[in-house]
Amino acid sequence: MNNILTYTLFSPLVGIFLLLFINKEKQSLIKYIGIAASLATFALSLFVYFGFDAANTQLQFVEKYPWIAALDISYFVGVDGLSILLIVLTTFLTPIALIASWESITDRLKEYVSFMLLLEVGMLGVFLSADLFLFYVFWEAMLIPMYFIIGIWGGKDRIYAAVKFFIYTMAGSLLMLIAILWLGYYASTLPDGYFTTNLLKLYAIAPGIPMGIQVWMFLAFALSFAIKVPLFPLHTWLPDAHVQAPTAGSVILAGVLLKMGTYGLIRFCLPLFPQASFQFTPLLATLSVIGIVYGALVAMVQTDVKKLVAYSSVSHLGFVVLGIFSMTEEGMQGAVIQMINHGLSTGALFLLVGMIYDRRHTREIAQFGGLAKVMPVFSTIFMIVTFSSIGLPGLNGFVGEFLILLGSFNSMFLGSFWYAAIAATGVIFSAVYMLWMCQRVFFGKITHEENRSLLDLTKREIALIIPVLFFIVWIGVYPSTFLKPSAAFTKQAVTQLQNAKSGNIVPTGAMGK
Amino acid sequence: MYSLAPLIVLFPLLGFLFNGFFGRKIKNETIVGSIGTLAVASSFVVALLIFIEMLGTPIEERKHIVTLFQWIAAGSFSVNVAFQVDQLSILMTLIVTGVGSLIHLYSIGYMHGDAGFWRFFTYLNLFIFAMLNLVLADNYLLMFLGWEGVGLCSYLLIGFWYDRNFEKGTTGDAAKKAFIVNRIGDFGFLLAMFLIFNTFGSLTYESVFAQAAGFSTGESLMFWITLLMFVGATGKSAQIPLYVWLPDAMAGPTPVSALIHAATMVTAGIYMVARSSILFSLAPATMEIVAVVGLLTAFFAGTIGLVQNDIKKVLAYSTVSQLGYMFLAVGVGAFSAGLFHVMTHAFFKALLFLGSGAVIHAMHDEQDIQKMGGLQKYMPWTFRTFVIGSFAIAGFPLLSGFFSKDEILWKAFADGAPWMWVIAALAAGVTAFYMFRLVSLTFLGKERFNHHHVHPHEAPKTMLIPLLILALFSIIGGYVGIPHVLGGHNYFEEFLEPVFAGANAKMMLPMHDSAALELGLMAASVAIGLLGMFAGWKIFTEKPEIAENTAKRFSGLHKLLWNKYFVDEAYDAMVVNPIKQTSDKFLWKIFDVKIIDNTLNYSAKFVEATSNIFRRIQTGVVQSYAVVFVAGILFILGYLIVW
Repeated sequence: MNNILTYTLFSPLVGIFLLLFINKEKQSLIKYIGIAASLATFALSLFVYFGFDAANTQLQFVEKYPWIAALDISYFVGVDGLSILLIVLTTFLTPIALIASWESITDRLKEYVSFMLLLEVGMLGVFLSADLFLFYVFWEAMLIPMYFIIGIWGGKDRIYAAVKFFIYTMAGSLLMLIAILWLGYYASTLPDGYFTTNLLKLYAIAPGIPMGIQVWMFLAFALSFAIKVPLFPLHTWLPDAHVQAPTAGSVILAGVLLKMGTYGLIRFCLPLFPQASFQFTPLLATLSVIGIVYGALVAMVQTDVKKLVAYSSVSHLGFVVLGIFSMTEEGMQGAVIQMINHGLSTGALFLLVGMIYDRRHTREIAQFGGLAKVMPVFSTIFMIVTFSSIGLPGLNGFVGEFLILLGSFNSMFLGSFWYAAIAATGVIFSAVYMLWMCQRVFFGKITHEENRSLLDLTKREIALIIPVLFFIVWIGVYPSTFLKPSAAFTKQAVTQLQNAKSGNIVPTGAMGK
Repeated sequence: MYSLAPLIVLFPLLGFLFNGFFGRKIKNETIVGSIGTLAVASSFVVALLIFIEMLGTPIEERKHIVTLFQWIAAGSFSVNVAFQVDQLSILMTLIVTGVGSLIHLYSIGYMHGDAGFWRFFTYLNLFIFAMLNLVLADNYLLMFLGWEGVGLCSYLLIGFWYDRNFEKGTTGDAAKKAFIVNRIGDFGFLLAMFLIFNTFGSLTYESVFAQAAGFSTGESLMFWITLLMFVGATGKSAQIPLYVWLPDAMAGPTPVSALIHAATMVTAGIYMVARSSILFSLAPATMEIVAVVGLLTAFFAGTIGLVQNDIKKVLAYSTVSQLGYMFLAVGVGAFSAGLFHVMTHAFFKALLFLGSGAVIHAMHDEQDIQKMGGLQKYMPWTFRTFVIGSFAIAGFPLLSGFFSKDEILWKAFADGAPWMWVIAALAAGVTAFYMFRLVSLTFLGKERFNHHHVHPHEAPKTMLIPLLILALFSIIGGYVGIPHVLGGHNYFEEFLEPVFAGANAKMMLPMHDSAALELGLMAASVAIGLLGMFAGWKIFTEKPEIAENTAKRFSGLHKLLWNKYFVDEAYDAMVVNPIKQTSDKFLWKIFDVKIIDNTLNYSAKFVEATSNIFRRIQTGVVQSYAVVFVAGILFILGYLIVW
């Protein structure tokens, strides 16, 4: 299993290849192939997960082949404590998203399944790349299937939403591309230097970039990631994209895509440009705190359940960014596990919203009320996920939120407890918007006759959501399983930041061959 | 025995899981109810065995910590799922599981025939599980798990009948309000935990308290830690300014009101302060705030109770008021007195609520005491036990409430201030008055209900047995804490003393040995109480016109009390609506949509518009290209010539 990462990364392509030979009328077969391919990817990723050595801070399962040798660009992949869980999250959510589309997608099914599988490749590539150029290719490649998934299988205003999503992300990533090229060029200006996009080599030299330039490079990367997160005030593409996207698109969008922004901040911004990161910490921390409160307040007044969940993501991801910029072990580990938590909870919420949409073809809160009576199983599951989302101790959300707040409260990098104190009001507001929505949807009397005949969840739907619930409880009760993989990585990252802050380690500027 | 402590927590968890997964299918109320009740009763038995063993061990060996597994660890932070069994936690465990078992038993009768019978027992067991985590935890974070867990169960149970109307909204509104108001308190608790970790590098009691012993009194850090904790306590224990959820919590089934909103959960705040006694003792300013808030809550909630007509509402305000007493006690440093009242209150308030449940049951869900009267005849046992509970809460000499309330009053005078005693004693008079108003309007006097529709009847045995047991404890429950001045030996205080030794050493309260003064004050407060009882009984059985005339003469005051000082309305106007309106009208519809989004859309339109202009250059007409071409050449030539 020397090439396990490559197998994992490209295994969805096998599914696409097989689909080429299938008549588009054979809908069930297409579904089975898609699901089988994504399950195979999941199985492969489990090999990676169980073979992963959490104590080792190096990249593992590394594969490296020259690609454009003259520019030292290579196919360079590996996993570490930061990416391992995100990989598994991706491979875990993709089959779920595919199964969720079982009945709701019938139009151009073959293309749909192909795009979903292609999307998976893009997402995995982003998390696995250890070469900036390769990373960029996957980063952009992933946009295309998502664009089509929203634009073809989306709701009424799908074109507007898809274009908005695409241009927003594109604007950010172009700046990032310039910064990547600049980085490579900078490497070539050093004594004995040469152009490179090898991340490990750049780690060694980038922190030595003069502050005047470093600031711009940091901003180019950070802007691109901040749009993806999305960080306030760059979030307005998200509600549109979510509302228009089909259920599976929303699940993947919220579950995995948003994490790429926060992942990028940890993977690139902090280690490559530590000094610039310190300088912009107050700005980013402030924006994330605003996002936490603002996202929650705007979520509160939404009339569409899906839009509400979308705005709640702005709030939740604000926590993650705050945790990252606390630059403490507690905060960063909290951020890493919160990425997983948000993927599970919000992914589940979108699944559930999709299930009710399939039945009623509306997501307006005012159209519901009293569903607990007709759909007890659905309501119960929805409530459990709700409490996971609002951070009830014993469920997953709490672990992340608590560690993030604890870390940022005591962070010397943030230098003030006010960030955490204000962010902690999110605890109150999240209860407000989620419970208010739940109350209007599930409790009270049935006010719309159409709802009286709604059917409760089918076995397939229950089977779909149970694995997510399982992890929601597991992470809440025994988070060690999921904290351990990132512990050593975080410790090292924080130590390096502390050293950079105190000026203990001056970057050598030397490049390994 | 100590190592069996996890079983105490485990049994209700098993009960919860069993009924949660299979209760729906089983449908047999006896099985579901028995499992739910037995789960809690088993916990009680284990707790009792541990308690007995504890009594037999030397004082310094009474504390044990049983660790199960590491819960959350990151960086230097680490907490375990671990239980600390000591005098304080075993006391709370006995109350929770003891009263809890009785209320479970009662619920078998009370919830009979309800479609959500299995759901009810599932939630109830989950509540006990969470509550036991709260009181048995060996660190603040696990306490917080229990703390929020009981909040969740409270939410689920208040909204248990989720399709029923309640006052202006539905039971769901009441449930949501309870959870959110509690979350405001929890926000304080969270911040307190961050500060504690910042200061002590740990959230484990042992480590925190050991280090705290080295601090000197009056540091501002301790003030903030304890104040933030107290914010949490005001939420959970319904004190000013966060008490507003508790009266609405009466939307839940009555056993819930008895268990969660009277006997156990709402006392979590007092437990928290008592558990952190050493931290509070280092912050005299917070202690004073605690005492004053408790005192004011005791008084104001009592006055609201004077005029309410809903049998459960009266009891709810009474609970808020009694909780105020407990905070008064811990605020003046009388921790064991506060817990003594926690215990006696659990007996008599659970009794009163269960009694009111029996009445509501008998009256076919009628809760308005103006539409009752004369029920004594139909439900003699409920009546007798209810009267015992009322005597106990009113502080009738030698009943349980007498001892605990009197100890608080005395400590308020001696360790607090004389004016505190005055207000507390007045509030005691108010309590006695509204309780006997309640007894009179419900059980005595004329029958004011419609005999055609309502046929009152005595409660079934599963409901009566708990009433009788609780009545017994309401009578004798105080004998473990007879004050020295009455020639007793305060076993209760002595038992808990080691837990508060650290705090007592810090506070160095003055010694009082004026027995005459203590006895004099006792006599005075008993007199006030008796007067209140007599007035409440006399007016509402024989001369209701006095009450009506008074209400008319002081119509402004009556209106103020009847509307609960308009606090809900004020909160709505000052906090809830402004936030909602700003979020909707400004943040979303203007800032998000108009400002942020339009900036983007217009910048896109701008690009489109400018492109439209430049697009015209691309005409495709060769002649015009040639013109530009020539013009360019001329320009360059001119440029070269001029320079």
